Amino acid sequence: MALSTSSNFAKPDDAFRAIVEAHRGLTEAQSADLDAALVLVLANHIGDLDVLREAIALAKRRTLDASQQQQQQQQ
Amino acid sequence: MAANTAQAKTQFGYRRHPDQERSGANVAEHPVVVVGAGPVGLSLAIDLAQRGQRVVLLDDADRIGEGSRAICFSKRSLEFWDRLGVGDRMVEKGVVWSVGKIFHGASQLYQFNLLPEEGHKRPAFINLQQFYAEAYLVDRVEQLPEIDLRWRNKVIALESRNDGVALTIATPEGSYQVRASFVVACDGARSSLRQMVGADFAGQVFEDQFLIADVKMTAAFPTERWFWFDPPFHAGRSALLHKQPDDIWRIDLQLNPDADPVAEKQPENVRPRIERMLGHDKFEFEWISLYKFQCRRMAKFIHGRVIFAGDSAHQVSPFGARGANSGLEDAENLAWKLDRVLRRLSPESLLETYHIERSAAADENIRESTRSTDFMAPVTRQEARLREAVLSLAKDTEFGKRMVNGGRLSVPSVYDTPLSSGDRDDWRGGPRPGTSMPDAPVTEQGGGSSYLTDVFIRQGTRFTLLEFGNGTAADVPEGVGSIRVGGEGGLVDAQGLAGKRYDAEPGTAYLLRPDGYVAARFRNAARPPLDAALARASGVS
Repeated sequence: MALSTSSNFAKPDDAFRAIVEAHRGLTEAQSADLDAALVLVLANHIGDLDVLREAIALAKRRTLDASQQQQQQQQ
Repeated sequence: MAANTAQAKTQFGYRRHPDQERSGANVAEHPVVVVGAGPVGLSLAIDLAQRGQRVVLLDDADRIGEGSRAICFSKRSLEFWDRLGVGDRMVEKGVVWSVGKIFHGASQLYQFNLLPEEGHKRPAFINLQQFYAEAYLVDRVEQLPEIDLRWRNKVIALESRNDGVALTIATPEGSYQVRASFVVACDGARSSLRQMVGADFAGQVFEDQFLIADVKMTAAFPTERWFWFDPPFHAGRSALLHKQPDDIWRIDLQLNPDADPVAEKQPENVRPRIERMLGHDKFEFEWISLYKFQCRRMAKFIHGRVIFAGDSAHQVSPFGARGANSGLEDAENLAWKLDRVLRRLSPESLLETYHIERSAAADENIRESTRSTDFMAPVTRQEARLREAVLSLAKDTEFGKRMVNGGRLSVPSVYDTPLSSGDRDDWRGGPRPGTSMPDAPVTEQGGGSSYLTDVFIRQGTRFTLLEFGNGTAADVPEGVGSIRVGGEGGLVDAQGLAGKRYDAEPGTAYLLRPDGYVAARFRNAARPPLDAALARASGVS
């Protein structure tokens, strides 16, 4: 697996915080714009299509899992 | 302007042909009938005729179509037309360009040069109205007695047989029949032959509408392709401005999906938009057309003895100049193969590689032009958001600029094909098998300057061994042309570009196919591997 999912930041809380704070004070639409740009910047930094595809698959699986759980809870 | 010497004939007469007197068991039999005298059908007929084949070329009209239609012809197409003897005329009349600029709103995002290096005979692109291209091709056809061009001959029925095809053809004087060993359908996107063979034509329909206007104006404006995202004169949509010969400018405007086609096409509605775009009203309309487009292709380009080429086989969006250019690539790919099959030098299965190579090229063209279209007309809110992010990042970053997609312009496809022999030696560069030959300047022994593409034509546009000097010439198989760069009596690579572009060392040799594609390459061209590569490239083994 080329995508690294082990913890890469010495201080993961700082990294999470940096992203959260970037969204502070933004509207939903502004936040979505920021995310779109951020994804593109980071994707280019990674610069590896296989890693990008794995990352997309991982992120997408999580969303699917979440929506399935939601459906099960509703049933 | 003085009388335009390049102005060519566009109206042609129907003439009765002796074939029309024949019927029943007595109908005329022809090796090849090409249906459709557009750029693809005309070019294919010329290529076949130059290879010595007799060709009947049918067209249901009696004149060359109106409007500029295809206007961007690629370097690859010009090199093909050089082989057909019409390249100079096209380039002399055409507008040469290689620089494109992309704007977002009122500001320029970046510019690109499609041919940043020197030492190619032909430019990246010329712009030329399709009717000029067709007229010059018709002039060339008329010099070739092998071609029998019949206007107002419309194929109305087709019957496939094992060893050929029977066609019923309607004319102003009634219908007649002919038989052909092979029929090539170059009859356009609405191909009636495609319907006659019952082939599907599936793909994606795009909802966005585009308006094309050709306007005449004498304006000092750079000869470049200008593309706008969200321009001030056409908020929220895209626009394209491109120069053609005769002071004609092509303008493409993206319309809203719900725009009323009839109203949008009215000159009084088009005019204000263009005034805002150009900043003045000193122009006249030559042609206005509105279109939606589809990206689709036939599943199989060959149906028995009926072969499809150009728009009849595949359709793309216009962004990327991939329509006419890919059709011309079809023609050059097919001509030499069909010639070999008709001469029984290669088995009929060689034609299957036409489908393999050109349907893969069609897939690539569809993929590229679909991506461009999606970038110009994002489908969902999130797609639009990502597009906006790319456009805004493009102002400051190189990667953003490279993601902006205002049309990826046509380059020749690289074929993954059974005709290629895989590399066995070590290569650091140069065209791998399946790639179209790069051009380079060379000097002849007498001191005259030339290009590799021209030398290839003088070798007869056939299988040719391109060698880089190593004392004595390689032992070239019979019937194979020979180009030698360097060595005794060879061409001189004065600028070193040929050697560089072909990653040449002394003894390096490339086997070129009759369409100028690399079939195999060797660090040392010994006969057994060369013979094997030649057999493979001919479809014999």
